[in-house]
Amino acid sequence: MTKKIDVEVPTLLDKLVTDLTPLLSSNPLIIGIHTGGSWLAEILHQRLAISEPCGSLDISFYRDDFSRIGLNPKVKASHLPEDISDRHILLVDDVLQTGRTIRAAMNEIFDYGRPASIHLCVLVERNGRELPIQADYCGMKVNLSPDQQVKLSGPDNMSLSIGDNKS
Amino acid sequence: MSRNLQYTDSGKLHHFLSIEGLRKETLEQILITADKFTQFGQRDIKKLPLLRGFTVVNLFFENSSRTRTTFEIAAKRLSADVINLNPTTSSTSKGETLLDTVNILEAMHTDLFVLRHAKSGVAELIAQHVPDHVHIINAGDGQHAHPTQAMLDMFTIRQYKGPFHELRVAIVGDILHSRVARSQIHALNSLGVHEIRVIAPNSLLPAQVERLGVHVYSDLQQGLDGVDVVMMLRLQKERMSKAYIPSEQEYFNLYGLTSESLAAAADDAIVMHPGPINRGLEISSEVADGPHSVILPQVTNGIAVRMAVMAMILGGDNNG
Repeated sequence: MTKKIDVEVPTLLDKLVTDLTPLLSSNPLIIGIHTGGSWLAEILHQRLAISEPCGSLDISFYRDDFSRIGLNPKVKASHLPEDISDRHILLVDDVLQTGRTIRAAMNEIFDYGRPASIHLCVLVERNGRELPIQADYCGMKVNLSPDQQVKLSGPDNMSLSIGDNKS
Repeated sequence: MSRNLQYTDSGKLHHFLSIEGLRKETLEQILITADKFTQFGQRDIKKLPLLRGFTVVNLFFENSSRTRTTFEIAAKRLSADVINLNPTTSSTSKGETLLDTVNILEAMHTDLFVLRHAKSGVAELIAQHVPDHVHIINAGDGQHAHPTQAMLDMFTIRQYKGPFHELRVAIVGDILHSRVARSQIHALNSLGVHEIRVIAPNSLLPAQVERLGVHVYSDLQQGLDGVDVVMMLRLQKERMSKAYIPSEQEYFNLYGLTSESLAAAADDAIVMHPGPINRGLEISSEVADGPHSVILPQVTNGIAVRMAVMAMILGGDNNG
């Protein structure tokens, strides 16, 4: 069963916009991780009034479980600007859990160039980390049991829900 | 044939031996996956980590330059370790059998064999022989099949001409000896092109070729009338033990693709050729190097398509 989280996504985004505003002086390049992260990146990009287009990453080709689960048949193309060397990157995802997606995303980013820095911004940070990775900016934190999953629905009228098992 | 061999019990691609026996969805998935891989060809670091730790052996019992090279580049772009062997010059000349050679290499923990052989059916024979964790890609067996060539052709057609169901496609030349033509016809049929024509003298057509679902033309001009795609074949002189054509000059006069004969096709038709080209025999230099030609993009696309096939075969099974 699935239950909606009693938190409005726009409220979380307001908090993130406030927290991220000081970062604007470094002229950050916003990169969203497909799919939920890309939705959020687009909104943050607009709210922070950054003119340079967002990047998007589909980390399917960098996952660490390829030998086990194979290719994602719905893999999307990644779109990053031509040169990301020496750029300050703001990496955006919807939910941070194990940290493996972020590791894969960082591996992919480094194949495009050597950024000056990477900051991580997530809507929801939950327990269950398997790697030494944490968010620099997060909308909310939540503790869940291992068989529960946070899901962001969107891209219109985004909402968060908690499901009982991985679907 | 090969249906069971090419898929695992759960329906995942396991060996890639022939287009025949593959589901349409598999062909489409190859095209979609290859499309994703093309973006990395423009990047500074062209490698992806997917096949790190996998060993790919290019086992070519028959000569090849572009197929072997693009398989090698494709495997290396996916970070696999690649070994190239041309056994005609090593073990088999000392009397080792084909299966011995495969056994030896398998004992060195090879995950994937990319295999080319002058005899039809060898890829399937080896696929029947190897254990479950070893995979075979057929890179051309005799006159039977060359499925990755057909898929890179499909990819190129889709790239330049869009949806298959609207297209008229002509395959011109030595159909009889061509494993490429057989694989192309199966792929074009499976992907649902509007019409497939084969254009060749009777001496270069297999018996009952119509049963493959093609329209047969012996006149080049008539066959090319209005087609969107012209797929030329190489005249395989090395496979011709007797006189299939009166003379090379006469063949060129009747079936060689020139600017004049190409004028019968649609104005925006593309011209393809699997290579190597016999200039002045099946195609004029003017056409091969002209604005309709997509012969070089075919080669480039071969890398992404072969990456897609390797990644689909070597990836895990639990694709949810």
